[in-house]
Amino acid sequence: MNGSLNYLDGNAAAGALNRMFSFDITAAQGQCAHCGATRHFAEAHLYMNCPGIVARCAGCGHVLLRLVNAGGRMLLDLRGMNCLALNASEFENSGA
Amino acid sequence: MAGTAVLGRVTWRTAKIVGLRDETATARTLTLSVDDWPGHVAGQHVDVRLTASDGYSAVRSYSIASAPSSDGRIELTVERLSNGEVSPYLTQQVIVGDQLEVRGPIGRWFVWDPEQAGPVQLVAGGSGIVPLMAMIRWRAAANSTAPFRLLYSVRQPSTVFYHDELRALSSQGNSVDDTYVYTRVTPKDWPRPPGRIDAELISRATWPADLRPSVYVCGPTSLVEHTTELLIATGQDRQKIRTERFGATGERR
Repeated sequence: MNGSLNYLDGNAAAGALNRMFSFDITAAQGQCAHCGATRHFAEAHLYMNCPGIVARCAGCGHVLLRLVNAGGRMLLDLRGMNCLALNASEFENSGA
Repeated sequence: MAGTAVLGRVTWRTAKIVGLRDETATARTLTLSVDDWPGHVAGQHVDVRLTASDGYSAVRSYSIASAPSSDGRIELTVERLSNGEVSPYLTQQVIVGDQLEVRGPIGRWFVWDPEQAGPVQLVAGGSGIVPLMAMIRWRAAANSTAPFRLLYSVRQPSTVFYHDELRALSSQGNSVDDTYVYTRVTPKDWPRPPGRIDAELISRATWPADLRPSVYVCGPTSLVEHTTELLIATGQDRQKIRTERFGATGERR
């Protein structure tokens, strides 16, 4: 497998991330802190062949999010996303 | 969407295997009865967790193949990967009565609901047919008249999943219009030599862009990238194309 195609999409991280968020993150829209593009998280390019999960912007390739299990501590690094938006109706349905 | 509660934190649930069915020489469908299953929408997946007696556990994602139903059952079709850790167990070792853990349903993006009446273009590569089959089955179960087309790329005829069911669904009135692509070996007298999806096939076998179809592409990352580029080149709106990628191994994790 060549490295340039060695990624999945945001769907594949949803099971792990849904442990941290009270809603299904795939349909939420995230804004890339680097290029400013806003896309559904499901569209992010996801790299899982590493110690954790790295999600990158499908447009510019910059890191949106990292999730790592480090010796019993789950670390979520969100520096690459300015904003995460979802429909208020889904948020209410989630019981949050 | 009725029957599909949006859950908060998705928890692990016990699932009992109540049925096993071979789809091809290397793929098997598992029917699971899941405790307190909240229902799903076509296109969603679950995480499956296996835990060994020494505590080692492995989690993999598998798309749900069955249409939503209220009986607490889901079907997963699992392709066996020779170097896989979980898929050989699920396709060769498990027996009816065994228990697994599942987490889900997961995903609110790569989904189709019969309330969407517009034309739908499905593109599958290999086991990427699985979540698309859930859409095809739900369309039939809900008597939806949404115009469906399926472009299904496989290595060879023997690797087609759901062969008889797809043939039955494509030969009745109000049917799904399906086109097969064979990348390695074709059926006898097949007009097109083996090869992957190309621009000619996209223009001949997919809905024209001016119909503004909802497009769902699922398969290996290379097929998803290649096909999406071809679709956009024919004028399809990138915003209407939803994709789901499997890894090089076909296993998402």
